[in-house]
Amino acid sequence: MSLKNTELLIEQLKQQLETLDESGDKNNTLKSELTQLIENAQQEAFNQLEPEDKVYLARHPLRPNAKSYIDTLFDDFIEMHGDRNYGDDKSIVGGIGLLQGIPVTVIGQVKGKTLEENMERNFGMPHPEGYRKVLRLAKQAEKFGRPIITFIDTPGAYPGIGAEERGQAEAIAACLMTFMELRVPIIAIVVGEGGSGGALAIGIADKIMMLEHSIYSVLSPEGFASILWKDAGRAKEAAKLMKLTAQDLHQFGIVDILIEEPVGGIHTQVDFVMKQLKEVLFRELMILIDKDANMLLDQRYKKFRNMATPEAV
Amino acid sequence: MNKVFNEQRKKMKRFSGTKESKRSHVVANTPDGLYEKCGSCHENVLMEDLQQNLYVCFHCGDHGRLSAAERLKQIADDGTFEETFASDISNNPLSIPGYSEKLAQNRRKNNMNEAVVTGTCQINGHEYAIAVMDSYFLMGSMGVVVGEKITALVEMATEKKLPLLIFSTSGGARMQEGILSLMQMAKTSAAIGRHHNAGLLYISVLTHPTTGGVSASFANLGDIIIAEPNALIGFAGPRVIKQTINQNLPEDFQRSEFLLEKGFVDQVVKREHLKDVLTKLSKLHRISERNGHTDEP
Ligand SMILES: [Zn+2]
Repeated sequence: MSLKNTELLIEQLKQQLETLDESGDKNNTLKSELTQLIENAQQEAFNQLEPEDKVYLARHPLRPNAKSYIDTLFDDFIEMHGDRNYGDDKSIVGGIGLLQGIPVTVIGQVKGKTLEENMERNFGMPHPEGYRKVLRLAKQAEKFGRPIITFIDTPGAYPGIGAEERGQAEAIAACLMTFMELRVPIIAIVVGEGGSGGALAIGIADKIMMLEHSIYSVLSPEGFASILWKDAGRAKEAAKLMKLTAQDLHQFGIVDILIEEPVGGIHTQVDFVMKQLKEVLFRELMILIDKDANMLLDQRYKKFRNMATPEAV
Repeated sequence: MNKVFNEQRKKMKRFSGTKESKRSHVVANTPDGLYEKCGSCHENVLMEDLQQNLYVCFHCGDHGRLSAAERLKQIADDGTFEETFASDISNNPLSIPGYSEKLAQNRRKNNMNEAVVTGTCQINGHEYAIAVMDSYFLMGSMGVVVGEKITALVEMATEKKLPLLIFSTSGGARMQEGILSLMQMAKTSAAIGRHHNAGLLYISVLTHPTTGGVSASFANLGDIIIAEPNALIGFAGPRVIKQTINQNLPEDFQRSEFLLEKGFVDQVVKREHLKDVLTKLSKLHRISERNGHTDEP
């Protein structure tokens, strides 16, 4: 059974429990049986997550968005708006905050939590001005010697008329080249959906982390299926072939650190995962901060140079 | 390489009538000789003439797609091209069904190992590190080997202090190699960055079509960006955009002239002038000239 169907089943069981409670039924055996059933179903589903389940979890409507991470992990966060050229892209949030007292520049792709917010944030799909805001904040971080932490969560860069008119491709390319050369430590964390070049644009980093149930891919499974088989309906199959799970990426050596999620996914125990993540982030930042900038750049270059080479795959 | 040049003529024929050749020329065998039908205006042109006209249609000026071999023939001084990493071939890292066969088939029909040819050459005596992509090979998509060949070329150029010239044509990252293809964008851009920091010249020529992961990495990082007329250039493909916004796209949308208007290319240059423009740029950048070379007429 897919995770989505398991969730539906659990929802039904929970409703039965509620009905029992409301009717004042004192049948405790039935109640505990139902509770056990729910736990078992969830455990079982998470014991054998298929890539399609990972895709489902990575896009789960209850999954914390990048803004949740920013608000939870950093103190005194102040948001900075705009690219100073065209506008402010609300699908990307950027600003400065403190991580355990250390000032850092934080950048994240933010999906909305409601339809209304999603309209405002364009479902987390940036326009060129979003990437140019990233560039501006990144260079500012370099000027003040602030490390950069990015949160990746996007279906991809927005494919639209305005986006093309204003140079989506150039904006992404500029991010790639610039981030390779920023003389401050960079940590990138894929927290949900890492979609294509639009994700990679904020994914050049000295340490790359991924939440256990997040994904990172060259295009969406739907896109893959519709190009390869002319049938977007075969996305499940595509997900299986594409090797897009955090575990796959870790195996390829593209991702350095996996952040564990509880059974049920991060959204069932947000505080717990945030605490873990904050510790790992701080630990890694301390290691990077100590490095000489030239050495940092050299290692960053080698990291990407030796990634996904014919020898490595 | 000469063998490859000779293949060009055969290749133009072989692609006639296939789905891939939409914008190139369709061959018709008539009693008067070998004609080609322009994919754009549908006029018939004698193949011999077309070849002499650099595969640009006499009637409508359509710049037909070129194989890497034909491009090199048009741009590099005779006998100066020396290929690097020619034998690199892709495997099937994600074990995608049918991909290995597709690769083998493309190697055979195009008489080349991957969608990019790299090396060094002279352009009217000016020495360049050059990469030419070939859209006849799996739509010029960038997988691990394409990314590796380009990165290695750029690194070699940086080391030998050579200017860099890249002719791009690509549908984007090669999806059959998944996330590994995506990472080629990072790798190539990193190498371009080092070449850039060494104060060396990089001229990027965008040809039809240049989209996706190639356009969002090295192709858009040139000091100078030149586009061939009416080439489709963009990040997202027009089909995806149309589906997303659910409305028709403007006629000239994502074409070279559109990009020029929006400020994303330096010049749109016709194929017949391309070598001249490159030569002028070389002189303007004081690219060293080989002794004893005389400019072609
Ligand atoms: Zn024509």
